[in-house]
Amino acid sequence: MNHALLVLTLLIAPVLGFLFNGLRFRSSDGYTAGAIATGAAAISFICSLILYKDLLAMPEESRVIAVRFFEWIAVGDLKVPFGFIVDQISVVMILIITGVGSLIHLFSVGYMSHDERPSKYFAYLNLFLFNMLVLVLGDNLLITFVGWEGVGLCSYLLIGFWFTDDAKAAAGMKAFVTNRIGDAGFLIGIFILFFTFGSVNYADLVSLIPKVAELGWAGPVTLATLFLFIGATGKSAQIPLYVWLPDAMAGPTPVSALIHAATMVTAGVYLFVRISGILVLAPHTMEVIAWTGAATALVAASIGITQWDIKKILAYSTVSQLGYMFLALGVGAFSAAQFHLMTHAFFKALMFLGSGSVIHAMHEEQDIRKMGGLRKYMPITHITFVFGWLAIIGVPPFAGFFSKDEILWQAYSSPHGSKALWLIGAMTAAMTAFYMTRLMALTFWGKSRFGHDVHPHESPPTMAIPLIVLGVLSICGGWLGIPHVLGEVLPGHPGNLFEHWLEPVIAKVQGGHANELVEWSLMGISVGLAGLSAWFAYDNYILHPERPPAVAKGLGRIYTAVYNKYYVDEFYAEWIIDPLVEGSKALWLYIDVNFIDKMTYWAGDLVEGAASLAKTIQNGKTQSYAMYMAVGVVVIVTIALL
Amino acid sequence: MLNTETLLHIGLGHYIFLSGILFSFGMIAVLMRKNVIVMLMGVELMLNAVNLSFIAFSKEMGNYNGHVMVFFVMTIAAAEAGVGLALAVAIYKKFHEVNIRFFEHLRG
Repeated sequence: MNHALLVLTLLIAPVLGFLFNGLRFRSSDGYTAGAIATGAAAISFICSLILYKDLLAMPEESRVIAVRFFEWIAVGDLKVPFGFIVDQISVVMILIITGVGSLIHLFSVGYMSHDERPSKYFAYLNLFLFNMLVLVLGDNLLITFVGWEGVGLCSYLLIGFWFTDDAKAAAGMKAFVTNRIGDAGFLIGIFILFFTFGSVNYADLVSLIPKVAELGWAGPVTLATLFLFIGATGKSAQIPLYVWLPDAMAGPTPVSALIHAATMVTAGVYLFVRISGILVLAPHTMEVIAWTGAATALVAASIGITQWDIKKILAYSTVSQLGYMFLALGVGAFSAAQFHLMTHAFFKALMFLGSGSVIHAMHEEQDIRKMGGLRKYMPITHITFVFGWLAIIGVPPFAGFFSKDEILWQAYSSPHGSKALWLIGAMTAAMTAFYMTRLMALTFWGKSRFGHDVHPHESPPTMAIPLIVLGVLSICGGWLGIPHVLGEVLPGHPGNLFEHWLEPVIAKVQGGHANELVEWSLMGISVGLAGLSAWFAYDNYILHPERPPAVAKGLGRIYTAVYNKYYVDEFYAEWIIDPLVEGSKALWLYIDVNFIDKMTYWAGDLVEGAASLAKTIQNGKTQSYAMYMAVGVVVIVTIALL
Repeated sequence: MLNTETLLHIGLGHYIFLSGILFSFGMIAVLMRKNVIVMLMGVELMLNAVNLSFIAFSKEMGNYNGHVMVFFVMTIAAAEAGVGLALAVAIYKKFHEVNIRFFEHLRG
């Protein structure tokens, strides 16, 4: 099949779904809307599979399908083709996006069955899918930016989907505005790259860069990548712009699964994997990224420990896991970052959908203090959630173990890494195990704490099937990237397929110290830590449920600070938002009203005054006009005769 | 100056003089009177004064160009009378009087 046509179908299918559902957005027929949207996503998934198969058939070094539809922008030196590129990186992304996306569409059919406007919801979801595909397939930074903005828009629309609730509408606004701050950085990054290298195409950038000298912190590549990283902190919820993601949980739960866990928030990670060839030239940027990622992972995990809202916990967990991915990018472990992106998409989408199933069953209750003992009511949700839980805390052989362990090992052994980064990563892993076990214990295990009027029930098949598929992926997904040391002892010696797949298109970081003994022991330490802290959580929340409140009380102000998310939102409100609002008010009251407005009034008064004399001529009396005409004729004739 | 010859022999000058007087009367009617009907009559008078001068010039020049113009003027005068009377009727219907001052309501 023609590749251009294939890529076009891949992109157009969700657009058609969007148009179909968008044009009948008032319809309350959720099943038709869901079927259309899911069908569109499935078509895209099939196209992705065919593209993947075609890539497989190509020789390893030149696996790329480039499609250029037309010249999009041609201004002076700036030539931007409307082109898409399918290579090892983007094919992984489109498989995740359309695959996990299709499952989440399917899940939504059940989840949104009671909603008033399912058509609108599915239209937005399909539009998101299209934009996300544009983002990852674009063959230059500008196309990526188009998708980048598009997914931001869809995120805004879907977070505020229940916009009649002021808090939810505000959450959407917060996400949008926060992302805009990052997007400004992204744009500046693109500008710098263009001014320095005269192109925004990924292929050109990688080949042009080495000719340019890099000057420490002020070098163009360092600056550009730092600005791009600002964009990534917005979209991928890193310090300091992560604050929107926990609030984004106001949207429907499948949206949280698709946009705010599996796909959109990983756009920043994708971007840096894509430009890894440039990033390795800017070691300072890598340092910033690594430390930002590590700090985000730790801070978000610590907040996650104290939260009570099931979706908030998962949201902080997502921020934390994204921090891991950036840590991996910062130490030059691009393949590990992409690998964790994939496994995280599986298990976090699974857990969000699982939480959606729970919330659906509990009649929109999200507080885990009011749950407990759901295991016997919702066996499928429980068992799949267990897979997700085991995956995220890094128990072998579940998916998360392989990717997280790869990142931790690289953080330790890479020339850009350090023991401190590894330590932060390992501590985060322990915290992750703690809060996820806490979530499991309070939601599914122990005694029921909900009232007798609540009758939780297992979800319908449309919701159960995606859970099961994602559950299986959470087990097997990691087997694609079995680390070298582990592969040697396993029967059949499986290699790191994932790394091997990405190898030709990502930059390699030279050096580093590989030591099998160290790698084994680090692996053991991180798994052991996770296991210990999971047991600790189980012990506290199931065996001795009276302990945690006492500990919280004992910690006093520390606990309060963490519970209130370190007062970051308050800090931003006090020191950034308020000064901006007050400053704008001052500008309005003193500059706008007193100066700019008055100037226009003066201009108007001036014209009116000047016209007041001439105005009297036009008195509306027909005979006066006739008189002017007659006098005029007389004057003209007189002049002519003279 | 005024001799029998001039008075008895009617020539171009007489016609132009008469035409001028008629035109002035018509114009005074249009400019001074407040009754729309009278104003329309003034307009007709002005047009006919012009017609008279056309005919006179035509006779003097010995061709029919003036006649042709007169036919045009008459046609247009008929049309103008139709529109003008319609306006007068419209004003009358609204104000029960055909005074030109009501047109002041049209002032922007």
